[in-house]
Amino acid sequence: MTAATATAPRVLRSPAEIRRSRIIGIIYLMLAAFVLVVFAMGTEGDATFKLAATGDRFEIPDLVLSAAGLSYVAAAFLAFLGGIQLTRGFGKATNIILGLAMAVIAFTFLGWAAAGKSLSLVGMLQLTVVKSVPITFGALSGVMCERVAVINIGIEGMLLSGAFLGALIGSVAGPWMGILAGILVGGLLAFALAVLAIKYRVDQIIAGVVINIFALGITSYLTSSILVENSDTLNRVDIFRAWKVPLLGDIPFIGPIFFNHNFFVYGMYVLVAVIAFALFKTRWGLRSRAVGEHPKAADTLGINVFRFRYLNVILGGMIAGFGGAYFTVGSAGAFDENMSAGRGFIGLAAMIFGRWHPVGALGAALVFGFADSLQAKLAILQTPIPGEFLLMAPYIVTVIVVAGVVGRARPPAADGQPYVKE
Amino acid sequence: MELELKGITKRFPGVLANDRVNLEIKSGEILGLLGENGAGKTTLMNILYGLYSATEGDILIDGRVQDFQSPGDAIAAGIGMVHQHFMLVPVFSVAENVVLGVEPTRAAGILNMEEARRDVRQISAKYGLEVDPDAVIEDLPVGIQQRVEIIKVLFRQAEIIVFDEPTAVLTPQEVEEFFGIVRSLRDAGKGIIFITHKLDEIREVADRINVLRRGRIVGEADPKVVGKEELAELMVGRPVELVVAKEEANPGAPVLEVEDLVVLDDRNHPNVDGVSFTVHAGEIVGIAGVQGNGQTELVEALTGLRTALSGVVRLSGEVVTDDTPREIHRKSVAHVPEDRQRSGLVLTFTVAENLVLDSYYDEPFSRGVVMDWGRTRENARALVEEYDVRTPSIEVEVRNLSGGNQQKVIVAREFSRDVKFTVASQPTRGLDVGSIEYIHERIVKERDAGGAILIVSTELDEVMALSDRILVMYRGKIVAERRPDETDTTKLGLFMAGVTET
Repeated sequence: MTAATATAPRVLRSPAEIRRSRIIGIIYLMLAAFVLVVFAMGTEGDATFKLAATGDRFEIPDLVLSAAGLSYVAAAFLAFLGGIQLTRGFGKATNIILGLAMAVIAFTFLGWAAAGKSLSLVGMLQLTVVKSVPITFGALSGVMCERVAVINIGIEGMLLSGAFLGALIGSVAGPWMGILAGILVGGLLAFALAVLAIKYRVDQIIAGVVINIFALGITSYLTSSILVENSDTLNRVDIFRAWKVPLLGDIPFIGPIFFNHNFFVYGMYVLVAVIAFALFKTRWGLRSRAVGEHPKAADTLGINVFRFRYLNVILGGMIAGFGGAYFTVGSAGAFDENMSAGRGFIGLAAMIFGRWHPVGALGAALVFGFADSLQAKLAILQTPIPGEFLLMAPYIVTVIVVAGVVGRARPPAADGQPYVKE
Repeated sequence: MELELKGITKRFPGVLANDRVNLEIKSGEILGLLGENGAGKTTLMNILYGLYSATEGDILIDGRVQDFQSPGDAIAAGIGMVHQHFMLVPVFSVAENVVLGVEPTRAAGILNMEEARRDVRQISAKYGLEVDPDAVIEDLPVGIQQRVEIIKVLFRQAEIIVFDEPTAVLTPQEVEEFFGIVRSLRDAGKGIIFITHKLDEIREVADRINVLRRGRIVGEADPKVVGKEELAELMVGRPVELVVAKEEANPGAPVLEVEDLVVLDDRNHPNVDGVSFTVHAGEIVGIAGVQGNGQTELVEALTGLRTALSGVVRLSGEVVTDDTPREIHRKSVAHVPEDRQRSGLVLTFTVAENLVLDSYYDEPFSRGVVMDWGRTRENARALVEEYDVRTPSIEVEVRNLSGGNQQKVIVAREFSRDVKFTVASQPTRGLDVGSIEYIHERIVKERDAGGAILIVSTELDEVMALSDRILVMYRGKIVAERRPDETDTTKLGLFMAGVTET
């Protein structure tokens, strides 16, 4: 008799995976054909991309490309990817390649839209960062809650309430107080969710939906009954102005995109870094994640599961409230009915796309933010696409992403399950 | 240290789980706590560990009364527990699991993982518990996971360590190794409480034995002198037949034929990797193996619950590889699933409803879209009677039944049809001796009536007792085939651990 040697288990591709791989390959080919027919054929003129914003310290020459040429190159590239995907596949790099293909298509699309005209690429990416702010805050709120296994569908309502109180209190007592009010109301709604979900073990989806309906209803009612008639005194808040970060803000191309924004954008960077560090490098983070993965194990080690869930859900709500205040105090300067327009839900999608990691969530939010900024910038260029379709862009991207283009992401093991102490 | 449980009584609504239990243990001894499933062992230990509070009675350490409100209190008092179902976070590393709850930190609560790793290595070296502190739990075999649990307890400086059914998931070789660890812990001055229902193991490792039956301590025994039969009788409360009575098998035509079957698990590993075997009419084939070596995926593929990647499954000559579960079911296949509460029963349905889960859609239990509840109840009354299901009524939700009676409901449902092939996974897991005897009897009866039967069990004794032929599965392959009379548990244990013949 001989002892068995330990070998790493083989990994085979399941039928479902092979099917998915084929579908992606065919999609590449279809996209190549689409780019060829729609973007390349019959398109004339050069697209001019501006790489520097006005007032930048360094001048960069504009990037001028032939729209049709760009499209032909892109179509060939996509066809090439499709061919490889169908024959041998990309293995572990599948998702990265997919992301690359999407970026190529997006760029080709911009080239087509800007053919014969000029588009400020730097301005568009700057807007991408701005548009991703509420989505990132929503996603961070989701990360905080779901890492301790409480699903927070109510982020949308928390954003909206934060925006409302940001405007109302901000108009009366100044923008800082507006932000504070937003944070508090977010925390308060999250506390309600926590009590329902943790103590009374109400279905978490329903509890969250109830919060959304409540927030939409009460803010709409108060807007029409109070804000509309007193819009000068109660619904006009001083917004935070952009502030260029010394040195970093002067980096060509990168500087204006990332480092010439207002307080909320920098707050977003800081918060992403802080939460990522706290979750993975501190005692609090280790315990939080344990509570989300295996609450019973945490309990048997003397960790108070309920306390962690309450605390993190409330903190998550405060983050959403802060993000909500951005709509009014950081951007519009006034509240408008349902002005969050689903950004909380897109934030949840960003959380999933970002695999429950704060940095991933930020990356995902930037993708959604890009889709959002498309619509704003392309409206100016007067493309043949109807404006209504452009308005759909962020939601369409959300559906595509969540429908499984990213493959299977693994949520915290106990996500959504109430903990019952025996 | 000296621990004493004095007059511990625990009442759950309608159940007396522990009844004035007295127990003593000192440092440097191994106390065996023997009892059947449902005798109240785990409840007692959960009280000791602060998970439940006792209705009456005291816990004393060195003569002082303790008041444990939570596991944290028990841990602080020097009590450690290795649970039957490991309390490890699967996606965390070994070191993270060990320190969870008592993390070494730098300023501002920042984890000091270097210190954690160093501590793990130190304990590993001191007690001979080899493990990589950076390995992720879900990648480790259960034997190593158990070591992590032990390190966890030692890291918290436990003086009294409770092991709740620790050998259930181990191979015979791992069990030997585990006993070595337990003895060295005792020699290092720890007090050990070893909970089990396995007679051989408790006689081998314990210094003293206490027997718990129906929540009460019913006797003490000296493991050096007490006989197995005597111990079994003490545990069950009546004389027990330790072997399954059955005649020589009389195999007929092949019923189930499996050829080169490959099945992927959820992570796309070929967990069944080119398996071929045949089960004939009138024989019981047992599949032995440590949990997670492909048995689950094999059974799921045979019953249509999982699609096979390649290979062929034939039932009486007919290819059924890609059939749906219902199609297979209608070809006279019975399936007693591995996890009765998750895939065998709908817990919130009544006994009567559960008894027609597989046949409700057809005559006689429904006509068109309308259920015939009269027939359903008639069927339930007859089966409850025939299969000796102890239930207050057929209208009771099955979740209120004991494990043994839940299993009988499944057996009744599956065997009451005209069955050609039966696959039973872990048919007696977690059951009391009476139910085990009954279910074994039914399975043998089914065989004698000409049924082909496949038993999958991680309990080697059960496979040995029931099977006419034994197949051992290791890493998705069948590595040995033996008749029970030409082998023994030691040899099978080696096959289960991956040792091959040359």
